[in-house]
Amino acid sequence: MEKELSKLFEIFIASALINNFVFTRFLGLCIFFGVTKKIETAVGMSVTFTAVMMVSAALSWVVFNFVMIPLDITFLKIVIFIGIIAAFVQASDTIMRKVSPGLYYKLGVYLALISTNCIILAVPLINAGEHYSFIDGITLGLGSGLGFALALIIMASIRERLELANVPRPFQGLPIAFVTTGLIALAFTGFAGIITT
Amino acid sequence: MESPEKANYWKLVLTGIFKENAIFRLAISLCPAIAVTTGLRTGVLMGVAVVFVNTMVNITVSAIRKFIHPRIRVPIFMLIISGWVTVADLTMAAFARDAYKQMGLYIQLIVAFASILTRAEIFASKNKVVPSFFDGIGMGAGFMFALMSISFFRELLGKGSLWGFQIIAAKPLLIMLLPAGGFFATGVLMGFFNWIDMRFYGGKGAGGASGH
Repeated sequence: MEKELSKLFEIFIASALINNFVFTRFLGLCIFFGVTKKIETAVGMSVTFTAVMMVSAALSWVVFNFVMIPLDITFLKIVIFIGIIAAFVQASDTIMRKVSPGLYYKLGVYLALISTNCIILAVPLINAGEHYSFIDGITLGLGSGLGFALALIIMASIRERLELANVPRPFQGLPIAFVTTGLIALAFTGFAGIITT
Repeated sequence: MESPEKANYWKLVLTGIFKENAIFRLAISLCPAIAVTTGLRTGVLMGVAVVFVNTMVNITVSAIRKFIHPRIRVPIFMLIISGWVTVADLTMAAFARDAYKQMGLYIQLIVAFASILTRAEIFASKNKVVPSFFDGIGMGAGFMFALMSISFFRELLGKGSLWGFQIIAAKPLLIMLLPAGGFFATGVLMGFFNWIDMRFYGGKGAGGASGH
């Protein structure tokens, strides 16, 4: 039991900090650079993201292990996972609009952006590739979601300051954001020493 | 009759490479730009995969564009894209085993490339097969060009080699191989292209309005 818990903790820390999606796996960069101009949007995005990531990890785990493996159609995993995610996102969009319009008003925009995002798709693909168990898969989803949230919030708070800085003209906007991200990524390499296996 | 049309096709290809370069100008589909560019070889392989998928998707979409109901077009595009990505993925796994181990996940994630979906949506679904073919090649080639230029500098500075062959004997800069180096290289190259655009073509700079 204790061993399992420590394994879960390891997956969690590894996915949130060491293999942070943005800084070491380079996924979701489009969203990362797109929504980090203001801290509010960054927070909204990260909440939506973490939730969608966990649910889609769970859903695709069930489909992968109970439908795709018995039928021996694992080679179709890309098509099926993207279908599951798109369907789930569409469904939660519709349900949220009916059930809680207030929440929809706040987070609806992000939901629309999510369905074709690489991070969301990466979690089920990694789960399938590593043959994780159900709990492991959800933990990976949660860890990566929180790691992504951390990245978004750090970046958004830096970029709000960056607006005021005097940057050479060719570097204004995205190029300087890239260089900044490089510096943060450099700091994140320090986490690599936390878990030694 | 033929020459203006040909010039037009060239223009389509060149637009994809320079003016609407997916990475440096439009700033979409950035993830693999950094992930697979530690070596020229993986960068080129990824570029080839993207050219293939982009072209085939454009052809398929424009061939069946009259049968797609506009309401459900996006899911259908996604299906077409993921089908072609699966083809590229399995082919790559069979023929380039060692490289595939490094970049397998990113090949699969071509599905989520905004640049391919955008091209299907704004170009292939409105144009005939032949222009769509050239448009796909152009966008793919632009992507490949960006990947190649980033991986050129990263491999040269980070390992002192190109395509696996040793070129510089000096001690390499390890940082260029780290994730951070990828961000630096992309940022600096993007700034460089902005500078060229401002200096010689009178652009306004601040390229990459950032899509997703």
